[in-house]
Amino acid sequence: MKLLFERSKTDRAMNLIPPCEVECVSFDDSLLRKEPLRLPEISETDLSRHYKELAKQTHGVNDGFYPLGSCTMKYNPKIDEEIASLSGFTGIHPLQPEESVQGALEVLYETKQLLDEITGMDDMTFQPAAGAHGEYTGLLLIRKYHQSRNDTERVNIIVPDSAHGTNPASAVMAGFKVINVPSNPQGGVDLDELRKAVGPDTAGLMLTNPNTLGLFDPNILEITKIIHEAGGLCYYDGANLNAIMGRVRPGDMGFDCVHLNLHKTFGTPHGGGGPGSGPVGCKAFLKDFLPSPIVMKKEDGTYFFKTPEKTMGQVRSFYGNFLVVVKALTYIKSLGREGIIEASSNAVLNANYLMNRLKEYYDLPYDEICMHEFVLSLEKLKHETGVSAMDIAKGSLDYGIHPPTMYFPLIVHEALMFEPTETESRETLDEAAEIFIKLRKMADEDPEYLHQAPHNCMIGRPDEVTAARKPVLRYSFENE
Amino acid sequence: MLNYPTELKYTKTHEWVKEEDGIFTIGLSDYAQDALGDIVFVNLPEVDDEVTAGETFSDVESVKAVSDVYSPVTGKVVEINEELLDNPAAINEDCYNAWLIKVADVTDTEELLDAEAYEQVCKEEE
Repeated sequence: MKLLFERSKTDRAMNLIPPCEVECVSFDDSLLRKEPLRLPEISETDLSRHYKELAKQTHGVNDGFYPLGSCTMKYNPKIDEEIASLSGFTGIHPLQPEESVQGALEVLYETKQLLDEITGMDDMTFQPAAGAHGEYTGLLLIRKYHQSRNDTERVNIIVPDSAHGTNPASAVMAGFKVINVPSNPQGGVDLDELRKAVGPDTAGLMLTNPNTLGLFDPNILEITKIIHEAGGLCYYDGANLNAIMGRVRPGDMGFDCVHLNLHKTFGTPHGGGGPGSGPVGCKAFLKDFLPSPIVMKKEDGTYFFKTPEKTMGQVRSFYGNFLVVVKALTYIKSLGREGIIEASSNAVLNANYLMNRLKEYYDLPYDEICMHEFVLSLEKLKHETGVSAMDIAKGSLDYGIHPPTMYFPLIVHEALMFEPTETESRETLDEAAEIFIKLRKMADEDPEYLHQAPHNCMIGRPDEVTAARKPVLRYSFENE
Repeated sequence: MLNYPTELKYTKTHEWVKEEDGIFTIGLSDYAQDALGDIVFVNLPEVDDEVTAGETFSDVESVKAVSDVYSPVTGKVVEINEELLDNPAAINEDCYNAWLIKVADVTDTEELLDAEAYEQVCKEEE
């Protein structure tokens, strides 16, 4: 399809931008551009068709099944958008006086209370803009804590080998050294290796539970105890909270701080539909280090912003992605106390259902009851037929399914990681299972067809290698 | 068929090492490049950086994943293969000529395997 610049015709005007309502100010010539901006000139009709055409090329959860593991691509209820579109939320400015935005402060306060209850934490910041930003903020809390005790020897963050790739990356960004601990044969943390890894240099542990194999680590209390006895703190990566929301609390597992992905667990848009939101919660002994500001409630029922006593400062401007918090609050209150538990239960049920339908056809390296996601290994299939995880993933596109996560976690070779989420019906799961079973049979019968897949999509198989090695990052104008 | 030249030594983490007059040349094994698939980016240390046996000194990115590369030796980097920065595909094309770094003043080494023992390690991983 043509790009906007290719559709552009000189002087083809359009009036999407309203006339300026405030007095125009002229600048000194030295501050002005020498050449006009190169903007496409296009009619509103053509612009509208252009974006509609782009929309047709996407795949979202509104288009079909989207089992992208560890991403929790659940359906985002429309009521979330409706509430977040209220003019009282969209028309406010972050610099307005507190007394004129009490409703917005109440949203932040109430969401904090609810999420603290769900996670077993005592306080929370909404500043981090997404998950990895939350991880980074959580690690700064751990750093601040040790610094406040003049405990400067603690430089190591322990990360299991099944961790999300962001964990070690965030730890390095926050100035720590990463110590990897291997998994045991059941897919959990190897306790003996963990005991060997801890010491007076241990700053903390980063862990997601259930882990990226979709397995709940039964030794979790022992794990957090080992870290605490060594003087470290425990950080919970909330990416997989959808498996346990309302049932088990990270705070009760021994974690000291957590991040949540509102755009995963709490039904707010994800990916291109973002922005995200990665609030960080902590136990009371860490709350004075939280980023500023934090919303508090006075005895008279009014709300105000407070700077925590030993704050790390700000990790983002103002109060984070506020409208995302509005959507998450709408989601939580729509589901209610029972609905939250039902959502996570169904997420686990759906994953186990799909896993059991597929495990006769594909290898399941960790054959246990899973939580919200599970991981298949196509290593043997690749050996026998030449068909890889990539080929099966591309093949699923032809059937209107967004592929599962591929080649992750790294401890499973030729991995496909499925997370169906609670929002899919049994019929959708059955259809998806039939499609993946069909693809498995195709691997025996016509591997070449799968090497070339997808066949029915807008584009075939893009040359990812050239795209990564020689990316075209901007439009080249004719006269350049 | 993957190839493991007998004149080289290998690590369990899939690097190869060649020693000549106290200079240790380090690269990625055939098994590593095959498992990674098409490599699109290589991150190398700088000359004069210290590397430590068993610790990462580089990372390579393929279409599939980013992987750490572990140093088989402790010492000082005396040369890096700058050509790889522009042409990471060279590792896929000929991994035993596309070396990553050369290290001198070596004071310690990881457990190094001969080709036969290393091939066994690769078989077990499969």
